[in-house]
Amino acid sequence: MVPTSFYVFLAALLFTIGAVTVLVRRNTLIIYMGIELMLNAANLAFVAFARQFGDVAGQLFVFFVITVAAAEVAVGLALIVTIFHTKHSVDIDAISDLKG
Amino acid sequence: MSLMLLFVLMGAVALAAAMGLLLARNAVYAALFLVLNMLALAVLFLSLGAPFLAMVQITVYAGAVMVLFLFVVMLLGAEVLPEEGGPIAWQKPLAFVLGGVLIGSLSWLIFVEATGMGRILPPPADYASPQELAMHLFQRYLLPFEVTSVLLLVAMLGALVMVQVERRRRARQQESQGS
Amino acid sequence: MFLETVAREGATFFHLAPLAVFVPLLGALVNGLIGRRLGERGVALVAVTASGFAFLVAVLQALSLTVYPEGAVVPIAEWITIGELRIAWAQQIDTLSVTMMLVVSGVGTLIHIYAVSYMHYDVRYKGDPGRYARFFAYFNLFIAMMMILVTGDSYLTLFVGWEGVGLCSFLLIGFWYEMDILGRPSTANARAAMKAFVVNRVGDAGFLLAMFLMFWFFGSLQFREVFEKVPEVAQAQPWVLMAITLLLLLGVTGKSAQIPLFVWLPDAMAGPTPVSALIHAATMVTAGVYLVTRSHELYMAVPEAQAVVAVVGGLTALVAASMAVAQYDIKKVLAYSTISQLGFMVAAVGMGAFVAGMFHLVTHAFFKALLFLGSGSVIIALERAHHPLPEEGGHGHGHDQGDHGEHEDHGEHEPFNPQDMRIMGGLLRRIPVTGWTYIIAALALAGIPPLAGFWSKDEILLEAKHLQPVVYGLLSAAAFLTAFYIFRQVFMVFFGQPRSEAAAHAVESPRLMTGVLLVLALLSLTGGFLNTPWFHPFGQWLEHTLKEVEALPFDPLVAGISTGVGLVAIGLAWLIYRGTFAWSRWEQDPLQFLLKGLFDFLQASWHWDDLYQVVFVRGYRALAGFLAFAVDWTFWHDWFHDVVVAGGFRRISRFLSQPIDLGIIDGIANGLGNSVQGLALTLRRWQTGYVRNYALAVMFGVVGMLVYVLWALR
Repeated sequence: MVPTSFYVFLAALLFTIGAVTVLVRRNTLIIYMGIELMLNAANLAFVAFARQFGDVAGQLFVFFVITVAAAEVAVGLALIVTIFHTKHSVDIDAISDLKG
Repeated sequence: MSLMLLFVLMGAVALAAAMGLLLARNAVYAALFLVLNMLALAVLFLSLGAPFLAMVQITVYAGAVMVLFLFVVMLLGAEVLPEEGGPIAWQKPLAFVLGGVLIGSLSWLIFVEATGMGRILPPPADYASPQELAMHLFQRYLLPFEVTSVLLLVAMLGALVMVQVERRRRARQQESQGS
Repeated sequence: MFLETVAREGATFFHLAPLAVFVPLLGALVNGLIGRRLGERGVALVAVTASGFAFLVAVLQALSLTVYPEGAVVPIAEWITIGELRIAWAQQIDTLSVTMMLVVSGVGTLIHIYAVSYMHYDVRYKGDPGRYARFFAYFNLFIAMMMILVTGDSYLTLFVGWEGVGLCSFLLIGFWYEMDILGRPSTANARAAMKAFVVNRVGDAGFLLAMFLMFWFFGSLQFREVFEKVPEVAQAQPWVLMAITLLLLLGVTGKSAQIPLFVWLPDAMAGPTPVSALIHAATMVTAGVYLVTRSHELYMAVPEAQAVVAVVGGLTALVAASMAVAQYDIKKVLAYSTISQLGFMVAAVGMGAFVAGMFHLVTHAFFKALLFLGSGSVIIALERAHHPLPEEGGHGHGHDQGDHGEHEDHGEHEPFNPQDMRIMGGLLRRIPVTGWTYIIAALALAGIPPLAGFWSKDEILLEAKHLQPVVYGLLSAAAFLTAFYIFRQVFMVFFGQPRSEAAAHAVESPRLMTGVLLVLALLSLTGGFLNTPWFHPFGQWLEHTLKEVEALPFDPLVAGISTGVGLVAIGLAWLIYRGTFAWSRWEQDPLQFLLKGLFDFLQASWHWDDLYQVVFVRGYRALAGFLAFAVDWTFWHDWFHDVVVAGGFRRISRFLSQPIDLGIIDGIANGLGNSVQGLALTLRRWQTGYVRNYALAVMFGVVGMLVYVLWALR
């Protein structure tokens, strides 16, 4: 007997922490982890609402999110490896060649 | 009541793990905090009547994806980086403030504006069984499923190509240096 | 026997008529294209054969006409079909056209034969033996064009031939286009050719206008169709016939060298002598007479036009005869004589005495061709005496083609003019055949019975006395002068002492030339019996076409007067020039002593050319100069073009470039550029290149939107 708003609030907290992680950390890998955390927060909200409304569509969306996240991680890590070979660093601030 | 207890317990673990991710200096620790967070969420999924997703969360996310993360971290030797300073150090307090505003406004939304959200009850025994999910997945959501599989294929090829091109470039560089 | 067979089957020969055009044309093509390879003998053979074949065709036509005197129309090709205008190229074979065919091809063939020998000398004395073939190509082309002219069944076909012979005339007058008649480098011959061509254009303009009118009011240019409508048009639009006939007369005065367009013919003597004989005496210049005769149904309908034609002819006869009196150039005398005799013919056909005019045309072709060829023989005789060709040991009819006789350069000596009668004299003894045939022709021209000229001239005078008494007076005076000038020439050339080395050693021409002279002399002696007052087959022959005219009875008074006038003139010439027979050098002309200034006036041919020079040429030049310098240069170029157009453009473009383009357009463009650049310089700071900045911006946007939504929901 837990109010749905509790779950949603927990999701909001996790999302905010993930977002702040993305904004404040300089390690590209950790930034990616922040992104994963934000995705997990969204998944939590999906599952909570799916349970409240008794509709499994929410769970299927989580399934898709996990799949897309896996694809994103694959591409993202490949990018990071490539960048590391050029810059010899995973510092996100070292990559500012498109500076205006 | 046990559901409430489980929520508070797992919620606290998840929040703590998330904070650990945010604050950890070492990327390996951060990854491990994230794994912990995901495990806690998997337990919450179970309590919300999503056993299949809980299993996927553990095997795919906490397992495969995070292993990949750890592998890359250690491969690149990027466990510890100087976090303070840098060219945009001014962004850090601003980010915290923004995060505060975000959580504040979301709290306001959740607890003041959208009050009639209802409650979560313990799930019935046959709720959201893997069979039921599969029925939906392969009937109503067949097209998104197939599109997603294509997306995975594209992502795999893309990752391969990027690393492959990089390797070839370096090979050329070495060749020209050698000669 | 043969003639009877031909006469019985004669009609079958009409279809051969096109050959009279095409065979000479073929000859012209052969000689023109490969003549240089044929050699002189080959060229001569081709040319004479082609011309002779045309004569044969003409004879066959004549024989056919004796059986079918109404003639025939022989179609050759569809030519022009535009709307109502349908013109076929067809040949009208009737007694009139066949008469012309016979004269053209007959006399033409004789002159061809003569020219075979004459041109052999001429091309060598003028220094370019290679032109032999070109001459005969032009000559054959002329025969072909003349055949088109006389056989055409419409005015347009006739006009094609009319222009074609004009072209040949131009080409042959200017045959030695890079020299003058003495062989000196000059444009004189080329100018003479140009003058003939241009003066003829004036006449042709009249001819063309006449044809336009004809097509407008008759709807056709074909002789038969036009003549059928004459009564109808004469009823409805009398002035049309008047205009057509007078415009045609303008064409006639051009081609037949009548007042006022005769001035080209004396200059046309620049061509080689056979050209003068064939084109400018016997055939082409008579085309005008033929045209009037062919159009007799038009002229008969307009008596006023007839009178004009007759008076023009009579005046020309008298004026040109008076000019001939005072010439020294042997060919100029004959040129003015030709104009004068053409005046006789034109007067005759103008009066309506078409048979008499055509008769005189025929006899004149005989004796005037003889006179010209005789003069050519004299000229060659003097040239050969002056500087013999290297080939000549004996007498020359063996002209081997490989011979390129060099001759002396005239420029180094005092100019030797073999055409100047003042250096001649006593030639009768040196060149008797030429001399005696010349005298026969002179007698024929003077109208002494029973030679050809007497009968034809007497017939004209007889008709004139009945139809146009004024013209009769003019013509009688002209006849007197004719006899005088021709015997002045005979006495100067053939009698007395030789007045130069060349005259003293003149050599008789080759037999080929003298043979032709003898044939023509025979024709001049007997040609008159074609149409005597008592026996006139010629009149009956033409009657099939002309539907005219009972022959007038013989009038002893007219015949007596004309004979008497001729004899008196000859006697007068004898009296005046007898004194010169003893001279060994030419002194003042005794006639000049008698006539004083009038002689100079006549010698300058009444200053007719000078009048044209002053009125037309100078006026035209002044006008052209005015147009070129004042209108075109000063007005159009200097003022309109430079000041108005260029200056205006410059001012407009300066205005457009300075204030408009630099000020406004560039201001806008540069201002835009500068402002965009400034903006970009400001905005680029936002593009830091740091991914986290962009993420922060996204976050900012998300939070901002959320706060706004919450604030708005409240």
